[in-house]
Amino acid sequence: MPRGDAAGFGPDADDTGCVILHVDMDAFFASVEVRRRPELRGRPVVVGGIGPRGVVSSASYEARTFGVRSAMPSVRARRLCPGAVFLPPDFTEYSRASRAVMQIFREITPLVEPLSMDEAFLDVAGARRLLGRPAAIAATIRRRVAEEQALTCSVGVAPSKFVAKLASTRAKPDGMVVVPAGRVLDYLHPLPVAALWGVGERSAEALRRLGLTTIRDLAQAPVGMIRSALGEAAASHLHELAWGRDPRAVVPEHVEKSIGAETTFDDDIDDPLVIRRTLLALAGKAAARLRQTGQAGRTVSIKVRLADFRTVSRSRTLPGPTDVTNEVFETAWALYDILRPGDRIRLLGVRIEGLIEAERAPRQLALDGREHGWAEAERAADAAVARFGAGAVRPASLLDKGPGRVGESEWSGMPGPWNGAREEAAPGKSRHLSVDRLSDPGSPS
Amino acid sequence: MKFRVERDALADAVAWTAKSLPSRPSVPVLAGVMLRVSGGQLVVSGFDYEVSSQVSVEVAPDADGAALVSGRLLAEITKALPAKPVDVAAVGAHLELVCGSARFTLPTMPVEDYPTLPEMPATAGTVDAATFASAVAQVAVAAGRDDTLPLLTGVRVELEGSTMTLLATDRYRLAIKELQWRPDTAEASLQALVPAKTLADTAKTLGPLGGEVTLALARGGMGEGMVGLVGGTRRTTSRLLDGEFPKVRNLLPDHHSAQARIQVSALVEVVRRVALVAERTTPVRLSFSEDGLIVEAGGTEDARASEAMDCTYEGEAMQVAFNPGYLLEGLQALDGPTAVLSLTDPRKPAVLAPAGENGEIIPGYRYLIMPIRIGA
Repeated sequence: MPRGDAAGFGPDADDTGCVILHVDMDAFFASVEVRRRPELRGRPVVVGGIGPRGVVSSASYEARTFGVRSAMPSVRARRLCPGAVFLPPDFTEYSRASRAVMQIFREITPLVEPLSMDEAFLDVAGARRLLGRPAAIAATIRRRVAEEQALTCSVGVAPSKFVAKLASTRAKPDGMVVVPAGRVLDYLHPLPVAALWGVGERSAEALRRLGLTTIRDLAQAPVGMIRSALGEAAASHLHELAWGRDPRAVVPEHVEKSIGAETTFDDDIDDPLVIRRTLLALAGKAAARLRQTGQAGRTVSIKVRLADFRTVSRSRTLPGPTDVTNEVFETAWALYDILRPGDRIRLLGVRIEGLIEAERAPRQLALDGREHGWAEAERAADAAVARFGAGAVRPASLLDKGPGRVGESEWSGMPGPWNGAREEAAPGKSRHLSVDRLSDPGSPS
Repeated sequence: MKFRVERDALADAVAWTAKSLPSRPSVPVLAGVMLRVSGGQLVVSGFDYEVSSQVSVEVAPDADGAALVSGRLLAEITKALPAKPVDVAAVGAHLELVCGSARFTLPTMPVEDYPTLPEMPATAGTVDAATFASAVAQVAVAAGRDDTLPLLTGVRVELEGSTMTLLATDRYRLAIKELQWRPDTAEASLQALVPAKTLADTAKTLGPLGGEVTLALARGGMGEGMVGLVGGTRRTTSRLLDGEFPKVRNLLPDHHSAQARIQVSALVEVVRRVALVAERTTPVRLSFSEDGLIVEAGGTEDARASEAMDCTYEGEAMQVAFNPGYLLEGLQALDGPTAVLSLTDPRKPAVLAPAGENGEIIPGYRYLIMPIRIGA
């Protein structure tokens, strides 16, 4: 696909009315890794799961020339590009970089709608008086991100969100594409239908069977025909998009509906201790995300994929919203305990739904201070992680030193808080947070 | 077995015994009440292996003997009888009951299948029935109702010399009551964890009878793990709960930074009204300042309510939020016209104590509530 400027959609195109910017970081995770290890510059870098079932999260452009792509199994990436540097993801570092970049966007306009860690829509209609034409603003953003964060990004400048997103894709890497308001259809119509936001492989195939391969074909086809292939809602939506019509506004602060974490095991497992530890780690990850984003959720759900790919999930709604790892974990474990699938497990996931701002979440405090104690311990752990990196603090049962110790109560003499002798002393049921590697701030996690 | 008895006496005795019968008995005979006549006394008893209740009634006996009949049915029948003497007789496998022109025939269950009621443990001392009833009601309200923490569904009874202390908590509130009793031995030192519901139900029925309640509690040996309560002609035994009750006394804050005095009836009314917009888990917010008290509930997007009321307040202005149910139950458990609410911090336990019209705290009762945290 030609870069935008080749077809007359370069930075100098007429940007009148092109108030929507889509900024997409280039090979974000890989670039962040290269930034902190300059010796990797120019080399193929792949960030992703390292295990036999790991998946590529991000690949540098050098790696992409070998055919490495996101979401590809790491094993395949390794075959395609044996010389690449493979790194496990460090989300703490990426989210720090992401916050810094989003902060630059917000200094341009308050109308920033992050889509993920590494991309966002900006509405610059109101910023024009102060900062100039949209294309000039886009150039400023690209310059500031490069200067202040030593990262590159690509920007699409267009009259609507989906065209801006399309344009940024065509601008990659480290480029800018402006789609003038009067030339949207010129830009859009030659593109394949799959380029449209919301058209996946399956929809594209359905459309191809109708002989519709380009967006122009789609635009000129009767809606009834598309409807037969894609259904009512998708048909009219895509037809509108094909004519360049996208009235969606930039909504600041994209609100996440749920936050979760999941992991695929290298080998299918059935050891209850491993399952328990995994659920604890996943609960910790998800709850930490909640705390990072200042949210709390009421519904905890687990997902269990068995060796034969059957997937079951269960959820439970708590009396009040939580962002406490221990509460999420205890609920997740209770759900798993009820489920007790007989087969080996391939994947486990923990998810928290029904999110609200933690500030607004009323929380009944308990006299035994159990909840309170955990929330505070976790905030302290979060602070340590922010300072020393992931892995600085984690539950003792997640240390690689065999099963953890058995938790003691805050109340002396009781085997478990408030429930007397009923608490079983299962190995690995540790409630201790343990601090380790504090002396080694530079260590990779 | 054959006897004549006053209708009211019989109805009361059967109703009280039948109330503690299991709704789904593990064995059919446990759904029955036992009627046993000897020496001019009818003893009505019920048992579910946890709790036994027994009451004796004066009757005009014709023949001694015993019969076991469905407790629920007998309770309904006796309640519906006209106010006339009742003639009861065991005839073969049936119980015949005649009252005025009404006649009932009930099937009986084999008496010999009925389990032996537990022995009453040794008597430990006595307490005024009305005082005991109100003390138990004040404390049992804070006991847990959730069977997942069985320990907290009990009321801890501590007997030290002539002081009886009752404690209960469900992790979110804690009630403590001290009262005087008369131990059989001056140096008595006993503890027991009594199921809160049984204790509350029993104390409530014994209270209005007046007089004294005898507390029976074993010191090891016979009747270990049992408590007995005797008032008038009624006696109840209950199994105690196992386990170590949490050490809750140190939760009582030894100081406070602010204190409010509020008329109990007015606050109850206001909280009830404002809480109409609060959902199950959302709080009522109490904002105290020199100007008085504002009670609010509801969110920015939901329904909202607020009401201002008078209160005497010493301390820095403070907003504290509570589960409205917990607050109301605490206020209603206070035994005085004025509530004294002592606060240290919106996240620390608040203490409710009763006071007289003059604002002077009436010692003996404390109700702790943990606030609901609002905001981070």
